[in-house]
Amino acid sequence: MSKLQIITKGFFKENPTFVLVLGMCPTIGVTSSAINGMGMGVATMAVLIMSNIVISLIKNLIPAKVRIPAFIVVIASFVTIIEMLMKAYVPALYASLGVFIPLIVVNCIILGRAEAFASKNGVLDSALDGVGIGLGFTMSLTVIGAVREVLGSGSIFGFNFMGDVMPLIFILAPGGFLVLGYVMVLFNKIAKR
Amino acid sequence: MQTITNISQEILEAFSTGEVTVVPITLFAIVIGAIFVNNVVLAQFLGICPFLGVSSKVETSLGMGMAVTFVMALSSIVTWCLQEFVLMPFGIEYMQTIVFILVIAALVQMVEIVLKKVSPALYQALGIFLPLITTNCAVLGVAILMVQKEFTLITGVVYSVATALGFALALVLFAGIRERLDVEDVPEALRGVPIALITAGLLAMAFMGFANVVALP
Repeated sequence: MSKLQIITKGFFKENPTFVLVLGMCPTIGVTSSAINGMGMGVATMAVLIMSNIVISLIKNLIPAKVRIPAFIVVIASFVTIIEMLMKAYVPALYASLGVFIPLIVVNCIILGRAEAFASKNGVLDSALDGVGIGLGFTMSLTVIGAVREVLGSGSIFGFNFMGDVMPLIFILAPGGFLVLGYVMVLFNKIAKR
Repeated sequence: MQTITNISQEILEAFSTGEVTVVPITLFAIVIGAIFVNNVVLAQFLGICPFLGVSSKVETSLGMGMAVTFVMALSSIVTWCLQEFVLMPFGIEYMQTIVFILVIAALVQMVEIVLKKVSPALYQALGIFLPLITTNCAVLGVAILMVQKEFTLITGVVYSVATALGFALALVLFAGIRERLDVEDVPEALRGVPIALITAGLLAMAFMGFANVVALP
């Protein structure tokens, strides 16, 4: 696999949200606006890249039996770092993402990539894999957030163009499930062509 | 450093003060709130992976629901004690995420080993679901939310058990619908996960009818 393929496979072929169907909780939980979705995607991507790099570096040092707890400690450390950085520099985003920031630890995408890719490949490839999958995840979250924001509050990236006449249901809980379902249908249609 | 007896005394004190300050009506509100109004899956978006993954049959989803209830009740007690008696006194609250996830992972392992020895029948029923629970974000989510909401030990345990029951309820309801969906003629692009998500959306809409049933604490 070439370096470029490692990055681009996360967009369509192995898109974490629409194809692998991993990390559903943040995908539905934080995407009530495009900027929230994007913030969550970038935070997850940062953790994913860092944990992929570290895990590919230490993969030969950890005994196979305790690898999962070791991976979890590495991931949890980076999540804590990201959490502190966000609290300090983007407090508004930190407040609106709430409990979902510490929950990046249990995002199956990160542990899944550690197990399936970083523990078998070199440092550079693992970093690129993190970039690719991370970008795919960010893209999906931003799209879902944008659709929900347009439908639910008539604005995009906080810029309002419809007033407040839109059905609020789309930024509430049921809208998350519905929009993700229909966007997934659309993605399957396009990807099949 | 606190000695063991000091700590156990503090636990007892927490119990007694908890009983004094918590009137039954708030506990009732917490239970109804966690099961119906703020359902963990359908309103708080936690634990969606097992919700989509293990909900194809009513029987398996019941097993999963029971396993989650068991682990969540245990982990809420352990994480509450850790937060109160270790993290806060030493001023290392930032270690919360790492400590909690390790405790939950270890707890799940331990429950699995103990169940295997003590009750093979229960292990047969719950065994295959236990490893999946470590990555169930509802367990970690509830542990963190309990700290954020500053619950006492009793309210916290009631809250976490009620949340787990809400999870089981959503899972069983959803499995019932999906069993019927299997025999329906669904358009090809919608088959599998998309139709499941849309169904969940409708279920969430139904649960919105519970909004404002109780005043949430």
